[in-house]
Amino acid sequence: MSSDETVADRMAGAAAAPGSAKADPILVADGVRRSFGGLTAVDVGHLEVQRGTITALIGPNGAGKSTLFNLLTGFDRVDQGTWSFDGRRISGKRGHQVARAGMVRTFQLTKALTRLSVLDNMLLGATGQFGEGIAGAFLRPVWQRQERANTERALELLERFKLIAKRDDMAGSLSGGQRKLLEMARALMTDPDMIMLDEPMAGVNPALVQSLLGHITSLRDEGKTVLFVEHDMDVIMGISDWIVVLAQGQVIAEGRPSDIRSNQQVIDAYLGSPEEG
Amino acid sequence: MDILSILADSTRSAFGPVAAVYALAAIGLNLHFGYTGLLNFGQVGFMLVGAYGVGISVSVFQLPVLVGFGIGLLCALVLALLLGIPTLRLRADYLAITTIAAGEVIRLIYRADFVEPLTGGVFGMQNLASGFRRFNPFESSARYGFGDITYTGTHLWTMVVTWSLVLVMVGVVWLLMHSPWGRVIKGIREDEEAVRSLGKDVFTYKMQVLVLGGLIGALAGCMMAMHQAAIQPDQFKPQVTFFLWVILLLGGAGRVFGPVLGAMAFWFLMDFTDGVLRGMGSMGWLPFLDSPDYGALQLAFAGLMLVLLIVFRPQGLIGDRKEMLINVK
Amino acid sequence: MRTRFVTVLLALITAILVIPGQAATADEQGGEGLHGQITRPEDRDHGVEGIVISVFQGGDEIAAAETGPDGMWEVELPEPGEYRVVVDQESIPSEFAVRETALVVDGEAAVTVDAGDRRPLIVALIPADEAAGSGSPSPSESGEAEPSESGGETAAEGESLAAESVEGGFGERFAQLGVKGLIYGLVIAISAIGLSLIFGTTKMINFAHGDMVTFGAMVALLFSTGASGTGNALLALFLALAVAVALGAFLETRIGRTALLLGQWSAILLGVVAATVLGLMGDAVGWQVPLWGAAVIAVLLGAVLGAGMERYIWRPLRHRNVALIQMFIVSIGLALVLRHVILVVFGVGRSQYAGYQIQDLIDLGPISLPPRDLVIMGLSVLVLVAVACMLQFTRIGKAMRAVSDNRDLSESSGIDVDRVTLYVWGLGGGLAALGGVLYGLSEIVEYEMGFRLLLLMFAAVILGGLGTAYGAMVGGLAVGLVAMLSTLWFPSQLMQAWALALMILMLLFRPQGLLGRRERVG
Repeated sequence: MSSDETVADRMAGAAAAPGSAKADPILVADGVRRSFGGLTAVDVGHLEVQRGTITALIGPNGAGKSTLFNLLTGFDRVDQGTWSFDGRRISGKRGHQVARAGMVRTFQLTKALTRLSVLDNMLLGATGQFGEGIAGAFLRPVWQRQERANTERALELLERFKLIAKRDDMAGSLSGGQRKLLEMARALMTDPDMIMLDEPMAGVNPALVQSLLGHITSLRDEGKTVLFVEHDMDVIMGISDWIVVLAQGQVIAEGRPSDIRSNQQVIDAYLGSPEEG
Repeated sequence: MDILSILADSTRSAFGPVAAVYALAAIGLNLHFGYTGLLNFGQVGFMLVGAYGVGISVSVFQLPVLVGFGIGLLCALVLALLLGIPTLRLRADYLAITTIAAGEVIRLIYRADFVEPLTGGVFGMQNLASGFRRFNPFESSARYGFGDITYTGTHLWTMVVTWSLVLVMVGVVWLLMHSPWGRVIKGIREDEEAVRSLGKDVFTYKMQVLVLGGLIGALAGCMMAMHQAAIQPDQFKPQVTFFLWVILLLGGAGRVFGPVLGAMAFWFLMDFTDGVLRGMGSMGWLPFLDSPDYGALQLAFAGLMLVLLIVFRPQGLIGDRKEMLINVK
Repeated sequence: MRTRFVTVLLALITAILVIPGQAATADEQGGEGLHGQITRPEDRDHGVEGIVISVFQGGDEIAAAETGPDGMWEVELPEPGEYRVVVDQESIPSEFAVRETALVVDGEAAVTVDAGDRRPLIVALIPADEAAGSGSPSPSESGEAEPSESGGETAAEGESLAAESVEGGFGERFAQLGVKGLIYGLVIAISAIGLSLIFGTTKMINFAHGDMVTFGAMVALLFSTGASGTGNALLALFLALAVAVALGAFLETRIGRTALLLGQWSAILLGVVAATVLGLMGDAVGWQVPLWGAAVIAVLLGAVLGAGMERYIWRPLRHRNVALIQMFIVSIGLALVLRHVILVVFGVGRSQYAGYQIQDLIDLGPISLPPRDLVIMGLSVLVLVAVACMLQFTRIGKAMRAVSDNRDLSESSGIDVDRVTLYVWGLGGGLAALGGVLYGLSEIVEYEMGFRLLLLMFAAVILGGLGTAYGAMVGGLAVGLVAMLSTLWFPSQLMQAWALALMILMLLFRPQGLLGRRERVG
């Protein structure tokens, strides 16, 4: 396990200013723009996300956080802009291609596959399955070994996320918090380098929040990069290594939690500055 | 009215060749809607291109029946690609609109004058089944069966082949749905974005399903041509698709045996209501109706069945109601 | 609930069992037979009645049949074997003759029927003069009739709009067809506004919309040709439905629930009783209005039909949280019910509004039009402008557009979404009925006309953008023009295919439609 110091090392040298360069960025975006019928939802000049950290994306309602998320993960198409992941350009790729490149997302409104069992939900995340080809599907003996290995890994993850007792239940019968856990565990089944969580705490029973936070930090400690959107300031300040603030589609501030807390622009954006009404 | 003979007639058609053809086409629709959630309201279009594929090959180009089947299936493949490429990336309702329109437009094209040399226009084509009936092992005019429920040798041969195809397809669907491929497919039915976020190419999967279900529909069309030995464009009206939907929902969507049970139950019910209506008509109980109205009433009844099934028993005969109720989107 | 149902069913079956009666002559699936349909050469959807067909085995006539009003005939055969089928030349109307084919020679055909076969036999008619030209050489005409002439002029299915042959040079035909396309487009636009608005407000595709169009056309036909039992009963029923819906819409908040239900049910009950009485009185209460009056009645009944469906089917389903896909299927089922109830009530006949079919043409430059087309155009434009003004300037119109744009947002900003939806359905139903009347003016009125129009309406709303009223107008015009102008170069039977092609192209390149906003659709 890495200590906080090494995380701090990773962030060392990064200036607390919009578009600042990072030592070892895993995600680099340039000039990403998206507008809906004349209204510019996202207009990000330059953004880098440091590898192996927890980066939080915050901003007032309608700041374009979810839109940016959708754009970066290939779930929406940009008007212009490019971005690359781990050195490879992924702009313009579709959602599944981005996921295969190693950048996996979850959704604000949890998308548990309700009429599949919890275990099937997990197995769906496994990559490179021979039996997922239409011809391979008929060759049961060929994919059965792979299926057993995947099941083993899925059960381990379910154990870790405390869902093992529910393994054979329909995913639709889980509570909201359990669905969030399942979604996170399912994303991990793909063995991603970077995991993007869209409001992981929204609608979660407060008792489960601590355990979710624990899971997020342990992801970072395993060497994965986490980018997440969140509203709850206490949560963000507690676990993020780096914070990116979005307002009206633009990055208005970046920095460590301590930098952000004292940033006047951020306070204005959240409370509404007088000039902008 | 002789209720026993009506029951016997209904039972006969529940197992008859027509029920088998519809079961086959409904298996295709089950792949589309029951497992993948694709709203295909134009399954009849696939049946039509299948039937005409074999019909034109056999009667215009004098090709062997099996080659004709191959050509029918090829036509269905092309149709599926044409329908799928523009619509499968969009919301589900676009596919619904496109398929319902395409099914009807295909019928209008096949019955048009300028293709009459090929399709026979509004008159259709005849004498298609001799290549198929040559292999009939049964005595063609003898009757086989128990008691009142008998079939001629010709029908029995069609039944044997079609029900065998049904069983094979049931087996194929079972194998597919109990594989990782089937898991992805069912995942797409629940939420395709979630599946996409896990790195699966949803479009390709949906296309595979559209093609496969369409091919099964075309196979049903081919068997229809073999059964009737003649085809006509107007028997491929949109109500055929709607019958298939009733069959699917009656049997249970997303169940391997749903379409089979549904087809049997549906044709039993259709013949039963027809028999009862005619019986009541002949006794003078239906003063305001003429006998051509019975057919219309039956179709209205099928529509009503569709509505009532969705509202009161969405899981069909063999579905699991609890499973249906989980789905609160 | 279920046990009660089963009990009723069992009781019914027992009742049928104990009542003695002659055996129903349900035709056996296994029997042999011959059947077919004899249609008019110029319009193959129109049967020819009264042609006699006899079947001989050896020298004996064993069966005979006469074609019905739809041109259908059927004979039962005793056994498989060789038969000779003879079409009685005497019974064929003098303007037609039997077409010679490989199978049918001189009105006779030899056919082989296999065991269990119910074979169709094609007997086609051609105009008598052509038969004389191409068949047996007649002394008066040595020249051969061009075979392509006979095929080229046949009408597309039910498209008498296109069937009126358009002659003259390319420019003239272009102008003439352009006007026809405009009219066609206006009719599509009027009918499709409701479809689009309903989609916008409820996200539901109303597959029954085409049959609401048919309903309008049929009702107008009924009242313009003389309403007796059926018409009066229909009026009574719809009046009751209208009262029930209106009571619900306006008094829901003012009077108690029980009183409301009581009022609604007594209205419906009264309506049913009145309908029965009026229906039984039949022709005793006969009356007739001119077509414009019948059109007004049709629009009103159409609005009641739409609002009634929303109030008693869709709203309860929405409140039960029935998923959208399930709703689509329900609407397909309703379409089937509506279409075939219309078929039973109004009959299979294909008729036209009296007095508007044959009119002197008015010449306007290169274009000549019957006055009715000018009326259709004027009226349609007027209605479209009125609807646009309503949507743009009135409170309820603005609310409709708001709900159509974003249902949740409208709800949270205090709009009574359910009520707006009710009005949208009423408006949509009324406009669909009006579209039906206008369509019927230039078309043959029959029970499937609306379904055919539905396909073009779909193309129109997708072209213009699903959910926008103005999009439906623009899309309707575009589809009408494309469909009509395509007949300049291509067979008229492909009209609908071109509309569909246009729709598919739009989906490929701009799925949100011409006027739709780009949103995440895939």
